[in-house]
Amino acid sequence: MKKTENSNTEKSLSRRSFLKGTAASAGAVLGSGVVTGFPTVWAQNIKNVTLRQFGTGVSNLNEVAAKVKEDLGFTLEMTALDSDSVTQRAATQPKSFDIADIEYWICKKVWGSGNLQAMDTSKIKNYDKIVGTFKSGKLTPESVIAQGTAPHTVGFTEGANGTTFADNETGWMTLIPTIYNADTLGIRPDLIGRPIESWTELLNPEFKGKASILDISSIGIMDAAMVCEAMGEVTYGDKGNMTKEEIDKTMAIFTEAKKAGQFRAFWKSFDESVNLMASGEVVIQSMWSPAITAVRSKGIPCVYQPLKEGYRSWGGGLGLSANLSGLELEAAYEYINWYLDGWVGGFLMRQGYYSAVPETSKNYMSEDEWGFWFEGKEAKGDITNPFGDVMEKAGAVRDGGSFYDRMGAVACWNAVMDENKYMVRKWNEFIAA
Amino acid sequence: MDPEQFCSGFRYKRDRTSIMKTGKSEVVAKAAQKLSWFLVLPLVLILAFFLILPLVTIGIVSFWDYNEWNFFPAFIFDNYHYVFTSHVTLATYLKTLKFTVLTWFFCVTIGFTVAYFLAFHVRSLKWQIALFLLCTIPFWTSNIIRMISWIPFLGRNGIANSILLEMGIIEAPLEWLLFSDFAVVLAFVHLYALFMVVPIFNTMMRIDKSLIEAAHDAGASGFQILTNIIIPLTKPGIMIGSIFVITLVMGDFITVRFMSGGQSASVGRIISNEIALLQYPAAAANAVVLLSVVIFMVAIMLRFVDIRKEL
Repeated sequence: MKKTENSNTEKSLSRRSFLKGTAASAGAVLGSGVVTGFPTVWAQNIKNVTLRQFGTGVSNLNEVAAKVKEDLGFTLEMTALDSDSVTQRAATQPKSFDIADIEYWICKKVWGSGNLQAMDTSKIKNYDKIVGTFKSGKLTPESVIAQGTAPHTVGFTEGANGTTFADNETGWMTLIPTIYNADTLGIRPDLIGRPIESWTELLNPEFKGKASILDISSIGIMDAAMVCEAMGEVTYGDKGNMTKEEIDKTMAIFTEAKKAGQFRAFWKSFDESVNLMASGEVVIQSMWSPAITAVRSKGIPCVYQPLKEGYRSWGGGLGLSANLSGLELEAAYEYINWYLDGWVGGFLMRQGYYSAVPETSKNYMSEDEWGFWFEGKEAKGDITNPFGDVMEKAGAVRDGGSFYDRMGAVACWNAVMDENKYMVRKWNEFIAA
Repeated sequence: MDPEQFCSGFRYKRDRTSIMKTGKSEVVAKAAQKLSWFLVLPLVLILAFFLILPLVTIGIVSFWDYNEWNFFPAFIFDNYHYVFTSHVTLATYLKTLKFTVLTWFFCVTIGFTVAYFLAFHVRSLKWQIALFLLCTIPFWTSNIIRMISWIPFLGRNGIANSILLEMGIIEAPLEWLLFSDFAVVLAFVHLYALFMVVPIFNTMMRIDKSLIEAAHDAGASGFQILTNIIIPLTKPGIMIGSIFVITLVMGDFITVRFMSGGQSASVGRIISNEIALLQYPAAAANAVVLLSVVIFMVAIMLRFVDIRKEL
């Protein structure tokens, strides 16, 4: 601990002295009368900038850092952590990062700490092209806004120093949306052998000892709620903001199932979910899209089963540390603009995620890839992921279909509730039961 | 303060009174006393900074309040109130105690047997050392790796089940091998048996062989020698090993999580969950309670045996 603190202070010290140097050289340029030199000075100095980004494993990819170095010239240091650690770091160690790659529900939790600064949307080139989900909350003008912490509800703040969330597009964004997806249950069709259509199947006694749910309370409770609602056991006012009574009812149903031996295990990290599924310990469980592809790339059949009640969705974005200023802040904006420019979007979409600005990503995908991943069309040739592994053979169709089919059927978003403290306790009791 | 320092201080006082009777070297004694305090100082400082201070901090924070992203000074009893009123607390403590008792039992049985074999059956010192080192080799790899390697072995389609199915001993895979209390205890015993072997072996090696010969000459049977001589004399070793095993199991969170597939809770897991969710004050309160329970357990154990003899 001590060591990290030291290295942090060292870093910020060197940054401060570096900024002084920049100011001095800028001053020198001005003094010598070469006023036009300003952008050039920045363009040169930006190469010395290092931005420290942390986030969940999904988008903290070394390929992105390498491409940043190539395209923009500055260094991006990446740290991948699990959701809980990400929240912890954003809330408690503001000096340890420059850019936070976090989910919207995490943003709702940590925005109040003041460790992040709002972003001026007029500096975001592709702002107008960002999909409606993140601005008005509506994917298409006819869309119904899903329950839970929908990104647009925590996506805007009052101004540069806003501490509360705004309910309209104020021009100041908390996070710039980058990545999102619609989650559902993953199944092993070969071991189940019949169609699965509803969330209720997770608690079907047929799969006793072969089901699993994720042990991250704020996400797990939503999956649990989808199941209870589908069973008709509990009716929710808002699954994303349950009352104590609704939480009690939900957890009672799940505790009963747990005691009856319904679950084989609970998982907390991506790899665990892949192993559970691939080894056949579990045949139906909450899962994330790339985990499905990871199982499939081992040659094991696994389906991301669309269910009639709809999807549980999540979204992530980039937030700027409140400590960023000057040259580094400029670099961060440049990075974010680059992020939305399409290369990263294409990179993420070829793994099964969605980009916040799909139309720019299209430029970085082949027609067949775009057709398969975004439009839900049949693949004409083999579909490979950005790392060159074959994900799908020709003729395959994406589980759930097109972007509009999938993102249009979102029933709720990952959420933080008003009764969060109570919910966490109940969740812990469920795990301990 | 370290018990050893504490008792050497007492011993010193006793010596001093005997010196003072001679009345001569009082000045020398005072200088020696100063020197002894000086020599103790580094240890006192280290313990103060790295043990007392963190514990005091945890104690203080356990009365603080918290929200989603922060915790702040307050003086509330909510955290303790929850610990003592939630039925989860009792359930997890019972579960943790169950793991502890089972693990302790198997570790003592295995540890005593292995140590007995090494100390009394292996005759040459060279072989004793060689076999002892052999016991420690698995401990050169990480705890986590040794633990996780059980998962593919015990799984539904794992090696154990495949072999049993192949041999026709069972007809369907045994579900309780993995992600069960059995798996947790198995991993604990695997991880911590050596902590029992080492101190027991150590005390056994100190037993005067002539005692055993005398007992033999006096007509004691092998079993009588074991129960009347070896077990009483190895008690301190057993106790030291037990303290290791019990404190390690009581505080564990990762083994329970992995081997039970996240289905069982231990006190350590509850604390780690609370830390992960930024509920530091709640975690601190839980930690204080756990610490008290463990200290209480160790204190009882120390009542039975004077381990200072071994130090």
